[in-house]
Amino acid sequence: MIRTLLAALLVLLLGSAARAERLIVSVSNHRVTVTPNYSGEELVLFGSVEKDATTPADRKVYDLVVTVMGPRADMVTRRKERTFGIWINTDYRQFLQVPSYLALFANRPFDLITSPEIARRQQIGLNNVLLTQRVSGDYADVVPNDPFRSAFIRLRTQRGLYREDASAVTFLTPTLFRTGIPLPAEVPIGTYQIEIKLFADGALVTKTETAFEIVKVGFEQFVANTARQHGLIYGLVTAAMALMTGWMASIVFRKD
Amino acid sequence: MQLYLPIADLPVNVFLVLAMGAAVGFVSGMFGIGGGFLMTPLLIFIGITPAVAVASVASHIAASSFSGALSYWRRRAMDPALAGVLLCGGVTGTALGVWTFTQLRALGQLDLMIALSYVVLLTTVGSLMFSEGLRALMRTRRGAVPPRRTHNWIHGLPLKMRFKRSKIYLSVIPVVIVGIVIGFIGAVMGIGGGFILVPIMIYLLRVPTSTVIGTSMVLTLVTMLFATMLHAMTNHLVDAVLALILMVGGVTGAQFGARAGQKIRGEQLRLLLGLLILSVGVRFAVELVIKPEDLFTIRELGVSG
Repeated sequence: MIRTLLAALLVLLLGSAARAERLIVSVSNHRVTVTPNYSGEELVLFGSVEKDATTPADRKVYDLVVTVMGPRADMVTRRKERTFGIWINTDYRQFLQVPSYLALFANRPFDLITSPEIARRQQIGLNNVLLTQRVSGDYADVVPNDPFRSAFIRLRTQRGLYREDASAVTFLTPTLFRTGIPLPAEVPIGTYQIEIKLFADGALVTKTETAFEIVKVGFEQFVANTARQHGLIYGLVTAAMALMTGWMASIVFRKD
Repeated sequence: MQLYLPIADLPVNVFLVLAMGAAVGFVSGMFGIGGGFLMTPLLIFIGITPAVAVASVASHIAASSFSGALSYWRRRAMDPALAGVLLCGGVTGTALGVWTFTQLRALGQLDLMIALSYVVLLTTVGSLMFSEGLRALMRTRRGAVPPRRTHNWIHGLPLKMRFKRSKIYLSVIPVVIVGIVIGFIGAVMGIGGGFILVPIMIYLLRVPTSTVIGTSMVLTLVTMLFATMLHAMTNHLVDAVLALILMVGGVTGAQFGARAGQKIRGEQLRLLLGLLILSVGVRFAVELVIKPEDLFTIRELGVSG
């Protein structure tokens, strides 16, 4: 208890001492439009570390961790087990308000940037990101090697929706940096939060935030929206379409 | 040409789906069935989730059965009264089916139930049809006349009604029950049910062959339209873009299939159909028994924000 308090105090002190640096960032595009033939894209985040008079003169090497989080959603992970000779879903865990897209980028391996303690507190690395589960009425995150949690991360990673890359951030000069944010074809639409954390000598110096938005446009999105918001009309139109197609076919192929 | 399906949330090749529609249409035209039991598994096979496949195929079957029903209507080869009574049951069954579908989906057991029902239904119907077709084929070889069975217990039930066009006098109870059953499995499994309905009507209800296909198509048409509506309103899973491609392929293929079907003898046709249904059932059974590649699955419960 006392140790945590001390640690917190230390961070506070470091935090106030670290007003010295300022992060200035921007993404290449604040509004990404997904068209029907969209097959993925890469945004670029770039920025620089601004120093001022209070910056310690000996501080030269910075580390950077970028976290990109897509719109949050509830998700269920289910596990199949062999029952009576067939494979069926038996057990499940519900993940509450977890990011639908999650990317963690850094300029070098997370464990070299900072201590495990700070990494855990700052949610650095896929193993440290908070993924709240509902465990029999309780709300909590579990140990990183929990089978449901790791399966969840593995499946999201396979679809390109969760990623971790400790070499994605490149420093062009000691203070100027850039990183690419790959967006897969089946990217969820919504607002994306980007959090940029600056580390020096293993301690968090400063952080800043920015955001971008992904919107789908075109006929497909119109169809998807109508289906979700106006189910009745959508159903009627689909039914009418079926009747029309059937009727047309019977006219075209009429054998008289 | 790739096209992004808005509800299935996945890009597909338009020509592949079109060809699938045409192939299934060909088979359905040949055997005079809706072809849903082939279409739904094919869609699942190319990566569309069973739920979306079932909901979208409903509208595809509606289209193909409508063009069929129209041509039977012109030839007066259907019984409106019988269709009406069947529909009373059919609509109830469909509503029950869609409700069950929603419940199973919430429980995470929908995919399993779809697969299980396919295994049970298709292997049963397939083997029955196959053995019946074999027997009929042997009979014709030996030159024997098929045994003419007369009335069974179903014709002893009360609430009898006269169906003029079919020239039968029959209780409405079994007719409504058949409607409910077909409507229910149609909504849950994404099949029109023609391949079960036609044999039931011929062997159990003794409906004459002149009106049986036309009447069953009317039932299929209305239950599938109703299922489309309900799936669209409750589960939002009907992919109209997918359905349209399937429809266009399906109705075209059906015309050629119908022509091919006329060249094959009835017994051989039934034997072939039985074999086809059986193989789809076995395919599903194998899938359930072998260990899946990944034991875990994720389902999103809706994005907020």
